[in-house]
Amino acid sequence: MELTFYLAAAVAIVSTIMVITRYNLIHALLYLVVSFLAISVIFFVLGAPFMAALEIIIYAGAIVVLIIFVIMMLNLTHEDVQHEKEWLRPGIWLGPAILSLVLLSELLYIFTAADSPSYRGQPVEAKAVGMSLFGPYILGVELSGMLLMAGIVGAYHLGRQKRKVMHRFLEETEL
Amino acid sequence: MNPIPMEHGLVLAGILFMLGLISVLIRRNIIFMLVSVEIMLNAAGLAFIVAGARWAQPEGQVMFIFIITMAAAEVSVGLALILQLYHQLKTLDSDAANQMHG
Repeated sequence: MELTFYLAAAVAIVSTIMVITRYNLIHALLYLVVSFLAISVIFFVLGAPFMAALEIIIYAGAIVVLIIFVIMMLNLTHEDVQHEKEWLRPGIWLGPAILSLVLLSELLYIFTAADSPSYRGQPVEAKAVGMSLFGPYILGVELSGMLLMAGIVGAYHLGRQKRKVMHRFLEETEL
Repeated sequence: MNPIPMEHGLVLAGILFMLGLISVLIRRNIIFMLVSVEIMLNAAGLAFIVAGARWAQPEGQVMFIFIITMAAAEVSVGLALILQLYHQLKTLDSDAANQMHG
C-alpha cells in the first residue's frame, strides 16, 4: 500500500510538471489526465474510493473533455504553438518559479517541523459521506446547486455570439 | 494496510499546488492559466482528503465534493469567457484581455 502511494505521488508530480511545460495544449491535457488518474489512485489508497471515482468521472472525464471541445472550436494551429514557445522564455518564468519554490520550501519546513501521528488506516465509507452531506451540510448542497445553476446561466449568457444581420444598405449587429 | 504519514500526503498536495501556482504565474496563454487553476483546486482537494483520512471523518470528502462542484461551475464560465475573448480579439494572450469592452 505504501509503495502504491509513493509511486502514484511520483507519477502525479512528474505529469503535472509535464503539463506546465508543454507548448501544445492537447499534449498538456493528456498529461493532465494522467495526473488526475494518479491522484485518484492516491484517494483510493487513503481510503476514499468514492472520491477516487468522482475524480475520474468529473475531473478527468467532464472538465478535460469540456476544455478539449473548446480547443476544437478555437481552430488552434501550429502558429499558436510557436507563439506559446515565444511567450515562455526563461527570463519570464525564472522569477515566479523561484518565488513559488521559496513558498514551497517554507511549506515543507512547516510540515516536517510538526509532529503528526500517522494515518490510522481505516477507510471512510461513501455512506458516511452521504449521511453527512444530507445531514449537517444540506445548506452547502443547496448552495452548490444554486452555484451550478448560476454557472449554467452565466456560461450561456457569456458564450452567446452576436448574430450579424446583413442588410442591403446597412450592416448592423443584433443581439 | 500500512499507515502512510499524514505529512507525506500534505507535502504532495503542497508540491502540486506550487506547480499550479508557478504555471499560473508564468503562462500567458489563458487556457493554460485555467488548467493551472484546476491543478491548484485539485491539490487543495487532495489536502482535504488527506486530513479527512487522518481523522477518519467524512468532512474532508464533503469539502472535496464542494470543491469539485465549484471547479465545474468555474471552468464552464471560464471557457465561455475564453470563447468570447477569442472571437473578439482572435488571440489567447491574457494580456489582451483588458480590451474586451464588456
